[in-house]
Amino acid sequence: MAEANDGGRVLLDCDDLDVAIGSVQVTHRFHLALRAGQCWCLLGRNGTGKTTLLRTLAGLHRPAGGRIRLDGEPLEALPRRTIARRLGILFQSHEDVFPATVLESVLTGRHPWLHAWQWESAADLQRAREALAFVELSGFEQRPLHTLSGGERRRAGIATLLTQDPGLLLLDEPTNHLDLHHRTRLLERLCERARDRGQAVLMVLHDINLAARLADHVVLLQGEGRACTGTTAEVLTTANLEALYGHPLEQVQTRHGPAWLPA
Amino acid sequence: MNAARPALLLPALLALLLAALAAALLSGSVTIDPARLWQPDSTAGRILWELRLPRAATAFTTGALLALAGVLMQVLLRNPLADPYILGVSGGASVGALLALMAGAGRLLLQGAAFAGALLSTLLVFTLAHGRGSWNPGRLLLTGVVLAAGWGALISLLLSLGPDTGLRGMLFWLMGDLGQARWPWWGLLVLAAGLALALAQSRALNLLAGGDEQAAALGVNSARLRGLIYLLASLLTASAVTLAGNIGFVGLVVPHLLRLLGARDHRLLLPASVLAGGTLLVLADTLARTVLAPRQLPVGVLTALLGVPLFLLLLHRNREIRLRG
Repeated sequence: MAEANDGGRVLLDCDDLDVAIGSVQVTHRFHLALRAGQCWCLLGRNGTGKTTLLRTLAGLHRPAGGRIRLDGEPLEALPRRTIARRLGILFQSHEDVFPATVLESVLTGRHPWLHAWQWESAADLQRAREALAFVELSGFEQRPLHTLSGGERRRAGIATLLTQDPGLLLLDEPTNHLDLHHRTRLLERLCERARDRGQAVLMVLHDINLAARLADHVVLLQGEGRACTGTTAEVLTTANLEALYGHPLEQVQTRHGPAWLPA
Repeated sequence: MNAARPALLLPALLALLLAALAAALLSGSVTIDPARLWQPDSTAGRILWELRLPRAATAFTTGALLALAGVLMQVLLRNPLADPYILGVSGGASVGALLALMAGAGRLLLQGAAFAGALLSTLLVFTLAHGRGSWNPGRLLLTGVVLAAGWGALISLLLSLGPDTGLRGMLFWLMGDLGQARWPWWGLLVLAAGLALALAQSRALNLLAGGDEQAAALGVNSARLRGLIYLLASLLTASAVTLAGNIGFVGLVVPHLLRLLGARDHRLLLPASVLAGGTLLVLADTLARTVLAPRQLPVGVLTALLGVPLFLLLLHRNREIRLRG
């Protein structure tokens, strides 16, 4: 299990946050402070609003109440461009109507850093190539995006986020379509990279054991606006997880720390 | 994809345009000796400077406006089948123009009525589709298509009520007509301003094509950009329709033609569309007035006759490229 991590300066924090979508109350008076160098996981049952909470923190969904601050500034007052320099988000799925190559797609990550008439520089290209190498997609630069497999497409999406290089990375089920190797190794390296750079990560996961392995902090969205927030050791307990999923679990001890199997 | 192709695309298109313009200026019922061009007082000089050049310039401007509007509409509606007329702008313009023709109005009033009809249609769709809450492509498309159907019915009504003597003029206007062309000064101005405005947003357009949320996450104010694109595309279309009536096909096919040639980035696609759209219409108009001379064919017929085989050929040759409809 990742060690408790007090982190550096606060990148994003929210107070008394009320989030709702349709008839679903996602959070009620929710508090959160994401600090530089931390890796957070967000767990919850289907339909509790994990994606909505992520979109709210990214300024893409208006909260019903409360305050969100990005680098200490009120989120709703910031222009999208400024937000995109500080915060990036990987969505659950991607849509491409018009054709593009992998490199073109990954280079879009530089958009918030370029002026209207500016073209990507050699340095931007270098960043994109490094990001592709990081997700093990070197050599895919000129491939049309739609010829990629689901997992490769997912890794290209992660490479776009790394090319954007914001201080805070929000990932919505980054493990979708990823094979076992990339699910563990790629996400581990992603969290290490963020820690080294003083960035923070918040990812929605459905895999408790992966969360236990990656995260130093966890949020459990328990439904009807209830949430439980804390260090991984505090929050990831058999009792909490059984209550969260409404399913009996069996805890086993592994070399990496505790793990849970559905009983 | 060959990486060298996009870099060569703009110079190649520019050369094509110049060749098309030369062909337009030199062909016609009177053969012009290139040596006498610079004598504006000669008959040849008058034909060139007062008839053929303004007409070629109008053809270029109209084609360029339509192709540019087509690119913007396809991004706006995130639909490869979108063309500049899909949201009813040309329908509104046509109703205005037909009313003016029935009233026996002159050229200037006709243009004014067409432009006013286009603007009315634009504002109607903008207000109705915007409504409360979000402004998504589906809602916009439905509102526009339904309004366009309404305009279509009005056009049929006006045609059936119109005087027999005026019917031919009305039909020619509906099919696109460059016969009355003068120097398209304001059209060129709208084109230049529209291209500059679109180019300033061209990287954001690349992102918007990948979805509103993804674009917003990368720093684009999607809602504002959508509003801007809609109004800009409508203004470009209104200007084109006012210049030359309804000329189909250019706005739908030119953007796709260029995408098939490798111009996927809007920083390249936008200027390339202006050049290629203009060239296609200059060529079509030259053929329209020479093929069956002295009879003049509706230029819209020629754009389709030129464009359909060219487009189908390219689509066939690029079978590995997938387009979602």
